[in-house]
Amino acid sequence: MNEENIIVCRCEDITLKQLKEAIKDGYDSWDKLKRYLRIGMGPCGGKTCKLLVLRELAMVKNVPISNLYVRKTVVRPPVRSVPFKALEKEASL
Amino acid sequence: MTYDLIIVGGGIQGVATAYELAKRGAGKILLLEKTILTGGSTGSCAAGIRAQFGSEFNVRLMARSLEIFEHMDEELGYSKEYLELWQGGYLVLAYSDKEFEGLKRNAEVQHRFGLDTVILSPEEVQKEFPRVNVDGVVGATYHGRDGHADPFRVTFAYADAARKLGVDIREWTPVSEILVENGKVRGVKLEDGSKIFADRVLVSAGAWTTALLKTAGVDLPLWGEKHEILITEPWERVLGPMVISFSRGFYIQQRPHGSFIMGLPPVDPEHWYEPEEFDFSSSMDFLMRMTKEATHVLPFLRGVNVVRQWAGLYEMTPDHHHAIGPVDEVEGLWVAAGGSGHGFMFGPAMAEQLSKWMTGNPMDIDLAPLAPGRFKKGVLVVEPAVVG
Repeated sequence: MNEENIIVCRCEDITLKQLKEAIKDGYDSWDKLKRYLRIGMGPCGGKTCKLLVLRELAMVKNVPISNLYVRKTVVRPPVRSVPFKALEKEASL
Repeated sequence: MTYDLIIVGGGIQGVATAYELAKRGAGKILLLEKTILTGGSTGSCAAGIRAQFGSEFNVRLMARSLEIFEHMDEELGYSKEYLELWQGGYLVLAYSDKEFEGLKRNAEVQHRFGLDTVILSPEEVQKEFPRVNVDGVVGATYHGRDGHADPFRVTFAYADAARKLGVDIREWTPVSEILVENGKVRGVKLEDGSKIFADRVLVSAGAWTTALLKTAGVDLPLWGEKHEILITEPWERVLGPMVISFSRGFYIQQRPHGSFIMGLPPVDPEHWYEPEEFDFSSSMDFLMRMTKEATHVLPFLRGVNVVRQWAGLYEMTPDHHHAIGPVDEVEGLWVAAGGSGHGFMFGPAMAEQLSKWMTGNPMDIDLAPLAPGRFKKGVLVVEPAVVG
C-alpha cells in the first residue's frame, strides 16, 4: 500500500503520507493540521476527511479517538457550499 | 523557572517578536499561547498585505513590512510558495470625488516613501482589470507590491525559526495574571496557578490584551470588534489584485490557493473589552451583504461557490493604530497589540522595530509615538485609509 497514492483529504489532495509527515512534524491535532495542510477547509468542510484524520491521529498517539482534543465545534456556515448566484435574489431584497 | 522575557500571545506579533528578539540576543525567551499558535486573530484574518495607507507611520511601516515579506524566504528558510506570498497588488476603488481626492493624498504620502502607487481613471481600471465592474467608480489607486501572505504558514515559519534560536514556545498555556511587585513586573501566573518569573513581560495577546493588563492595574483602551469574512472554493487564477473600497467596506482577493477570500465590516459593531463577551458566530446578514457587494463589483463571482464563513476580532484602539511599547505604570511591562484590523500585515515590521527598541538599539522607524501612554496624554495618530 503506497501511502503517496492514498488521498485522505480529497478537497485539497492531501495524501496519507503528507498527513503522517505533518503529524510527525508536530502538527498533531485536528486544529493544527487544518491550519497547516488546509485539511477540512475545502468544500466538504471536514465532513469527508475528519474521521480519517482523527483515526490517523489516534493511531499515532495510541489513544482512542474519543480522547483526542478537538476544539469546541464552531459552526461555519454554509452547511453545503452554495454559489453566490443562488443567494443573489435574497441579497437584493 | 526564570526567563529574561515572557511573551504572552502566539499570533504573528508575539511569535515574530520572539524571533526578532532571539536574533538580537535578548536572552532566554518564553512564549505562552492560550490555545494554539494563530489561535486568535492572526488565524482568522484576511491574509492581505498592503502599503496603501494614509498616515506616514503606517506607510513607512508597511513599506518595511513588504520588504520583510519579500525576503522572508531567505530570512526564515521557507519558500515563498510555502508562505503563499502573492503580490498581485491592491486595487483601491473610490466611489465619490471626495474619496478619490483622499486616495490621491494617500498616494502622495506613499510616493514620498518610495512606493510606486499609480492613480487610475475608471477607464484605466477597466482596461487593466477587465473583470472589475467600474459602475459607480470615479477613480482608483493601485500598488503592485501589495497582496497576500498566509497567516498560518508565516507564523509557523517564524515559530520554527524562533525555536531554532532557543525560544521556548508553549501552547495550551493560558496566563491568568501579570505579576507586579513594587511597580515592577515579576512574571506571570498561569491559569493552573503556577508562576513563571521574568524581569520583562510583553503582552501581544490581541483583544485579550486589555483584560490581561488589567490584572497589572493597567487600563488600556483597546477593544475587540467582530468582523465577518467568507471564503469560496478554489478557482484557477482569474483575479490578480485585492479589490477593495474603504467607503463601501468590501475587500475581495483571490488567494494563491485559488479561493476567493472576502469581507465587509460590521454595520454597528459592539466594543468588547472582556474575553467573556467575545462572539465568533457567523451571520446570514453578513452573507447577504457580502453577496450583494461581491457580485456587483466582480460579476463573475456569481458562479463561484461559497464554502465557509467565519468571524474574527479586530483589535481596535481609539486612533486605529497599534499600542506598542513600554507601559508607563509598570516597569518591565511591554505591550504590542491593537493592529485595528492590520495586525498580521504589520506584524513583521512591528516585530523588527520593537525588538530593536527592547534591546536598546536605534529603531529605523521610531515607534515611540505609538506607545500606549498616548491615550492618556491625548496624543493620537490619525489614519484615513481603513476598512470599517
